[in-house]
Amino acid sequence: MSSPPVSAPPALEVTGLSHSFGRRKALDDVGFTIPQGRFTVLLGQNGAGKTTLFNLVTRLYSNRSGSIEIMGVDLRARPTVALAKLGVVFQLRTVDLDLSVKQNLLYHAGLHGLSRVQAQARIQAELDRLSLAERANDKVRQLSGGQVRRVEIARALLHKPRLLLLDEPTVGLDIGSRQTIVDHVRQLCATDGLGVLWATHLIDEVRADDAVILLHQGRVLAAGDGATLCAKAEVKDLGQAFTKLTEARAA
Amino acid sequence: MSASLAGDDRLALEQHGLAHYWRAARVIIGREALRFIHQRGRFIAALVRPLVWLFIFAAGFRSVLGVSIQPPYVTYVLYEVYITPGLCGMILLFAGMQSSLAMVYDREMGSMRVLLVSPLPRWYLLVCKLGAGVLVAVLQVYVFLAIAWFWEIQPPLIGYFTVLPALLIAGFMLGSLGLLLSSVIRQLENFAGVMNFVIFPMFFASSALYPLWRVRESSVLLWQLCWANPFSHAVELIRFALYGQIEPTALAVTVGCSLLFLAIAIFGYDPARGFMQIKRGS
Repeated sequence: MSSPPVSAPPALEVTGLSHSFGRRKALDDVGFTIPQGRFTVLLGQNGAGKTTLFNLVTRLYSNRSGSIEIMGVDLRARPTVALAKLGVVFQLRTVDLDLSVKQNLLYHAGLHGLSRVQAQARIQAELDRLSLAERANDKVRQLSGGQVRRVEIARALLHKPRLLLLDEPTVGLDIGSRQTIVDHVRQLCATDGLGVLWATHLIDEVRADDAVILLHQGRVLAAGDGATLCAKAEVKDLGQAFTKLTEARAA
Repeated sequence: MSASLAGDDRLALEQHGLAHYWRAARVIIGREALRFIHQRGRFIAALVRPLVWLFIFAAGFRSVLGVSIQPPYVTYVLYEVYITPGLCGMILLFAGMQSSLAMVYDREMGSMRVLLVSPLPRWYLLVCKLGAGVLVAVLQVYVFLAIAWFWEIQPPLIGYFTVLPALLIAGFMLGSLGLLLSSVIRQLENFAGVMNFVIFPMFFASSALYPLWRVRESSVLLWQLCWANPFSHAVELIRFALYGQIEPTALAVTVGCSLLFLAIAIFGYDPARGFMQIKRGS
């Protein structure tokens, strides 16, 4: 996949976004851009505001200030058009355990307006790609944690989104499953040109060449690739940079 | 990339055509039906409850509580006959609250998010979800009526057809109430309160178990409460429709309450204004 032309809109553009729960400010003037075809890590400790940000970008909450654009479409002004370009893997498991893999995927395909024929073809393709084709008729309850996550990724890709959001998708998975999932999503950026926002608090999921947005106490503390963050913190290791930057902020 | 953008536009058009609405409705209803099939216990419980009332409660009270001639009945009727429409309402009431419980559960578990993130207007998604629950509930009512037929609760045959719109409207009202409650209930644990403060008062302070004129003889205040209870009107709508008649007041109140409850529920689920906004992590 070649890089998108300069004129192509970013997969996600967030500008001046703030959000409060009562008096507590969960997000404060957050702004960043996720280009198409790029794996971007949203790095932050628990409680940094990652889930609130996801809830705003998926329009479970509405942004009262700032703007959110998905592929150049304003989420607030044209929510249905913007959401059609978005695929999401939530932190919580959101598949129906009593339905089969295929039934879960057909449900999602219908919600996104795919015909039965289109849905069948895409389900087959996504399950093949994720090595889950032989489990299509199994109930989700019978799958391992890693397989369920892969089903959720397949589901998020069925309607061919341009932006994929994943909220701590590897939490609770073993090392092998984690690696498989991270590798697959990175592959999607390269082959499909997807813009990916991957929220995590696990430093070992970040590669040096990834774009990183460091969110801390509801604010963007730093943004850039791993090397830029290390340079900013004047350390060699991204883990150290994370600790140093967040501690400096806390102090 | 321009070709890809054109593809995106085509996809958006395709996704926002009428077919998209239809496909979404179909899968939401299909999912509710599958869920229902998988939860046989729920189906049995939904039937056993009114049947216990019919076979035991009503049989026990038939000698004490014979009901004199009153519309829509043209003769004296047995107590079992009188309470059958109320028990149909009971099925719809419990189903409405059950789907409310399911929605709170779905929200806590996350699967409600999949629905709400779909690229369709939120009101439409909620109405589909509501409609799916109502269809399943109405099916349960028909199974109940079929069993009741063998218990000699035999309204005219035409009544089985004319009661359908009444059941749909009443189911819609009670489902909307459930939807409304699901938008304001913060956690699953609070659901016990719904049982105590919504289901029981609604059912007992209504015309489901006793005619309102009898209640009036006992207490005017209680009669006023029963009359103000939308569930009474839903039951009367079903009662008259089961005998091929329309009760205009009941129809107006039930339709009006459906729209009111639905409007508040949609407000509750609106990301910009609703109650979701103030519930962190909901």
